[in-house]
Amino acid sequence: MIELIKKYINNIGLPRLIITLLFIGICVTAIIIGLPVGLLASDVIRRFGMFGVLALAMVPAIQCGTGPNFALPIGIICGLLGSLMTIEFGLTSPVLGYGFISAVLISLPFAIISGWLYGILLNKIKGSEMLVATYTGFSIVSFLQIGWVTLPFTHPEMRWPIGKGLRVTVSLESTFGGVLNRLWGINVGGVYIPTGLLLFFIGCCWLVWLFSRSKSGIEMITAGANPKFAAAAGINVDKNRIIGTILSTIIGAIGIIVYSLSFGFLQLYLAPLYMAFPAVAAVLIGGASTSKVKISHVIIGTFLFQGLLTVALPVANQMFPEGNLSEVLRMIVQNGIILYALTKMGGES
Amino acid sequence: MAEEYVLQMKNIQKEYYGNKVLKGVNLSVKKGEIHGLIGENGAGKSTLMNILFGMPVIHSTGGYSGNIYINSKKVDIKSPFEAMKIGIGMVHQEFMLIPNFTITENIKLNREITQDNLISKVFKSERLKTLNSSAMAEDARKALHRVGLNIDEWVTIAGLPVGYMQFVEIAREIDKTGIKLLVFDEPTAVLTESEASNLISAMKRLAEAGIAILFITHRLSEVISAADNITVLRDGELVAVKAKKDTDVIELAEIMVGRKVDLKSKSEQSRKYKDKEVILEIKDLQVDMPGERVKGVDLGIYKGEIFGIGGLAGQGKVGIANGIMGLYPSKGEVFFKGKKLDLNNTRGAINKGLAFVSEDRRGMGLLLDHSLELNIVITTMQNKGKFLKRFGIFSQLDNKEIREYANKMIKDLDIRCIRPQQLTRQLSGGNQQKVCVARALTLNPEVLFVSEPTRGIDIGAKKLVLDLLVKLNTELGMTIIMTSSELVELRSICDRIAIISNGKVEGILKPSNSDREFGLMMAGEYRRMQREEATIND
Repeated sequence: MIELIKKYINNIGLPRLIITLLFIGICVTAIIIGLPVGLLASDVIRRFGMFGVLALAMVPAIQCGTGPNFALPIGIICGLLGSLMTIEFGLTSPVLGYGFISAVLISLPFAIISGWLYGILLNKIKGSEMLVATYTGFSIVSFLQIGWVTLPFTHPEMRWPIGKGLRVTVSLESTFGGVLNRLWGINVGGVYIPTGLLLFFIGCCWLVWLFSRSKSGIEMITAGANPKFAAAAGINVDKNRIIGTILSTIIGAIGIIVYSLSFGFLQLYLAPLYMAFPAVAAVLIGGASTSKVKISHVIIGTFLFQGLLTVALPVANQMFPEGNLSEVLRMIVQNGIILYALTKMGGES
Repeated sequence: MAEEYVLQMKNIQKEYYGNKVLKGVNLSVKKGEIHGLIGENGAGKSTLMNILFGMPVIHSTGGYSGNIYINSKKVDIKSPFEAMKIGIGMVHQEFMLIPNFTITENIKLNREITQDNLISKVFKSERLKTLNSSAMAEDARKALHRVGLNIDEWVTIAGLPVGYMQFVEIAREIDKTGIKLLVFDEPTAVLTESEASNLISAMKRLAEAGIAILFITHRLSEVISAADNITVLRDGELVAVKAKKDTDVIELAEIMVGRKVDLKSKSEQSRKYKDKEVILEIKDLQVDMPGERVKGVDLGIYKGEIFGIGGLAGQGKVGIANGIMGLYPSKGEVFFKGKKLDLNNTRGAINKGLAFVSEDRRGMGLLLDHSLELNIVITTMQNKGKFLKRFGIFSQLDNKEIREYANKMIKDLDIRCIRPQQLTRQLSGGNQQKVCVARALTLNPEVLFVSEPTRGIDIGAKKLVLDLLVKLNTELGMTIIMTSSELVELRSICDRIAIISNGKVEGILKPSNSDREFGLMMAGEYRRMQREEATIND
């Protein structure tokens, strides 16, 4: 009996099990202390769709053997640039998804070029990808601090009314804010389902899944799974690592556009700095390891991570009403989950 | 027992996972004796030494049976530290020295001579004492003198010639007080001839001083010149103990290799390569494969033969196939069917009709966390674009075709698995090997390189794998180049066998040649003996 339970737990993976139990526990607490269930559920679903694509960006990176893409801010910056240019040039007609499609298209060349350059860097530092990636992300975000001030954007919605540079947050109210959320959105018993957003996320997952079953995808996965084997099969390992990095950067760019769209604002300056960690933590909780990942890990992981975060905060606020603890608690919960996920990098067995 | 034995090992037996590697070995070394221990790779030499030193690998795999006596007192050595305390020292094949420390510091490492200082007196702590450098230097000088190394003791290790490092290792061992037995584990492998002869004279001096020496080596001429008595191991069994005066290199070679070749020899079968068309010609091939360097090999391989490449580990036999397949940087010329083959280009070699089953099965040969069926088809898929459904520039795996093909291979090669989707990690060694062979066959190659096809798989499976190779050769006319450390295997299925020694071809033999010739070639003594005979005849 105990053997059976052990085997079962092994199959699910201890981290996933613990987070799931915690999530269920907090949900029950939320109901007991009388938080509005419908609102919470809507929020969980919205955040799931909103973060999903960012977490999906980890898949090609892990598959091609460079490990979780801690340099996700590179892709994020590309996506932000695409969005800003869309607003600047006014490419926000309904045909272009009020700017959503144009933002994605504009960010693509940036993502491809920066992903390619970053891939070359990764090939030179094999073995210490994760640490280098983290600091590459930090550096690029810091570098763009100058960029946001000096880039010649002129659109009044983005600039500070007085002085130079872009605002810290740029509202997407008049452009593509909430476009996907509203698309075919329905209300089921007080729970709002952002159908478009979810479909877009699932569609992205499907495309990545299809890629992983194509000749190029198999080639990339082989290069990542066993470089020596790949070399013996006549596969160019370095080239495939670059391809994986480019793909990850592209998905990261699309991911931040979807995120901003659902959030309603573009967040510039320091906001992208720690964006990689929730995404990495999500796939790790989902059951991925630093060398193996499935699409299901992304979906399960994003749901658990975002769900936990969304529900835990109001519960905690309710339990410790004194002072303004909510931001502090958010940090504790989020970083706690990330830390836990990073210590359990082994993944599902 | 009139004579005093420093070391006696009696009826030592050891099993690794049900695989007997030592089958009742006895070994006795007298005081002041140099005792040679020889045997092929896998004969059990290292296991025996691991037992003597109480290495953790022995105790974590269930210990051993038999008794060890030091100075006629029974001992039970549980760790290398205990071995050291009893007075057994080891000179390693790879140097265990710290490059940036001086010779003295290396010799005295962790046995430093210390003296009190103010702080250590106040805190009454051993660990805070000051090093007594002059006393340490004195000891180091003495030890260096004893091994006959004329060098200053304050020189750092980094930058010393390799031969000197070996002497520093020896000096460190004899500096330990109460050293009774010194084990030299293939000490001459990395030395030049003159360094090796220096080493041997140092060994003799130490033996005269009363230290017993156990000398493990492959080089038969050295063991003859150095040792008083020689123990020969083969397949975990003690086959002979000879006094030096009663034996010679040739006899030792014969004993070391000799075994009954019971698998039916293949040379009698109808040969398809009578016209001797050369399919693969190798000229001055040099491969930079760490640990298996190839230093200029010339070979011609006939179409339709099974060609064996043998030799001891580290001599370069494994590097040949790896070099031709472009897995390690290589130089030289290789002609395949008369056309020059692009070296250092794996894809090119595969597409021309060469295939390779790697010796590193788990490392290079398999995607352990992917399915058996994917492992079988992947190389062909990537290089020939098969097993795919095409949609313009997009492609998708053709699951149905892959499944059907994998099932056919599973049936043809008799791969024991639950289903084609099973991860290769879960298969046994023999079945993993069959998956590797299946992948190579899927490429439909004209020449198949197979390296160490039976390494790490059990005896029943070994025979199946070898039979499979013969079947491929006779039924499909495939030219097979098999690299193996197991001479008996090569002799059972190959038409010709090249023996590689020191990165070069020592000679090419037929399976029917004598044990003596194989033994001499493996030990790299064949050419030297021939040269000597030639000079005598002059």
